[in-house]
Amino acid sequence: MLLRSPHLAGEDQPPFELKGSLFTLTVMHLYQLERSAIERYLAEKIKQAPSFFNNTPVVIDLENLAEPLKDGMDFGGLYTLLRGRGMVPVGVRNGSVELQTAAQLAGLPVLPDNRVTSTTRKPERAEPVRTRSRLVNHPVRSGQQLYAPEGDLIILGAVSAGAEVIADGNVHIYGVLRGRALAGVRGDIEARIFCQSLEAELISIAGRYRISEQLDPADRGKATQVYLVEDRLIIEHLTR
Amino acid sequence: MATVIVVTSGKGGVGKTTTSASFATGLAQRGHRTVVIDFDVGLRNLDLIMGCERRVVYDFVNVINNEANLNQALIRDKRVENLCILPASQTRDKEALTKDGVERILGELRQNVEDIVCDSPAGIERGALMALYFADEALVVTNPEVSSVRDSDRILGILASRSRRAEQGDEPVKEHLVLARYAPERAHSGEMLSVDDVLEILGIPLLGVIPESPTVLQSSNAGVPVVLEEDSDAGAAYSDLVDRFLGKNLPHRFTTIQKKGLLKRLFGGG
Repeated sequence: MLLRSPHLAGEDQPPFELKGSLFTLTVMHLYQLERSAIERYLAEKIKQAPSFFNNTPVVIDLENLAEPLKDGMDFGGLYTLLRGRGMVPVGVRNGSVELQTAAQLAGLPVLPDNRVTSTTRKPERAEPVRTRSRLVNHPVRSGQQLYAPEGDLIILGAVSAGAEVIADGNVHIYGVLRGRALAGVRGDIEARIFCQSLEAELISIAGRYRISEQLDPADRGKATQVYLVEDRLIIEHLTR
Repeated sequence: MATVIVVTSGKGGVGKTTTSASFATGLAQRGHRTVVIDFDVGLRNLDLIMGCERRVVYDFVNVINNEANLNQALIRDKRVENLCILPASQTRDKEALTKDGVERILGELRQNVEDIVCDSPAGIERGALMALYFADEALVVTNPEVSSVRDSDRILGILASRSRRAEQGDEPVKEHLVLARYAPERAHSGEMLSVDDVLEILGIPLLGVIPESPTVLQSSNAGVPVVLEEDSDAGAAYSDLVDRFLGKNLPHRFTTIQKKGLLKRLFGGG
């Protein structure tokens, strides 16, 4: 019997994986490179919040650093200074090409500028999303037939005997259902029928139907919902 | 601008023509210049109920076909001022009613009268459609029985979808319910639908309840609109109906069982 060695198992699994991720980092907006000024200001800050300066990674933003490098202060010096005060510079961003090159020479990578600038384009007004529902705000009279393709049919009013309301989705009736209601006519077995008073001639969901004669008298005149469970029509009273 | 009012029902024999005659007469009695038009081409009846059948020379279809002008065809009522009858043709059929022709005649009438009452034939075919197409308001006549109520429901659907107002997206035709041949005792015993049953199914405002009454048949045979029989229940009910149509707020009568008084019980009658 050959036992799989730990070494082989190690080969199955690569030693590492690279994945992108997002971090929230502190950004230090640098206005000048004068060492003494930075040192002084930093000491003040540390006094205010000592715990903050505990190996805190920072990104140095060079955008507002107009002056060229001077005073013998370079990025290497800045790096040493910050490390000595509990900060870990992880890179720079913005600034002139000259500054960026100097930073890179000091071992600080240039990070892409992905800030949301103040001149962001106005978001274009989104087209309102139209649903496929069909709303009918009048009673549906005998002989009328209403169909909501690919959506729900919502009726604010009664559906008279001899009227037909049909939807590919659900049928909602805020009134008495005396006519025929057919939901999910293109096979959606999840479709339902809702009505405030069930006095229907016929109810059907995805082709499974029941006619008036087959309705339980106990369901008559009740606010109900009708749905399918394993091919059986279930009529359930809506309780308030 | 004149108002066009269709009197319609879907089902036949429920009292459309009786209602048209009494309604138009009642409007004229109250000073409205009124024309009542018989749309039942081929089954002309309105002239009989209005008692002017022997004065028909030209008819609605003649005017549509430009064989006569309106003044030649309109029959002035002898009892009530301000009332004219435009009779239907008995020898033609409903195909003679063209939309253009009906529109032209209604347009001419609109300039000269205040109310145009269109007496619709039964059914939902051409004659009925033409009668309701140009309507501003509708009197839907129903009897308290399920088949009549269902047909009225059907007509209400057609008014809401196939009238000119519906097609042009104007304010919908204003609907009024007229419940005719109502007998409170029979409604109470469950033989008939009650006023409430009918209102619940149709869901439109009730303009009037006309009680079942032998006077209706008698006055039809005599060619007198029943509204002129002021002492009868049916006549009074039609009179109330017209007043309500014109905005008066009157309680409904003849909807509950009338207790017979002592004299009536002693001497019969009812």
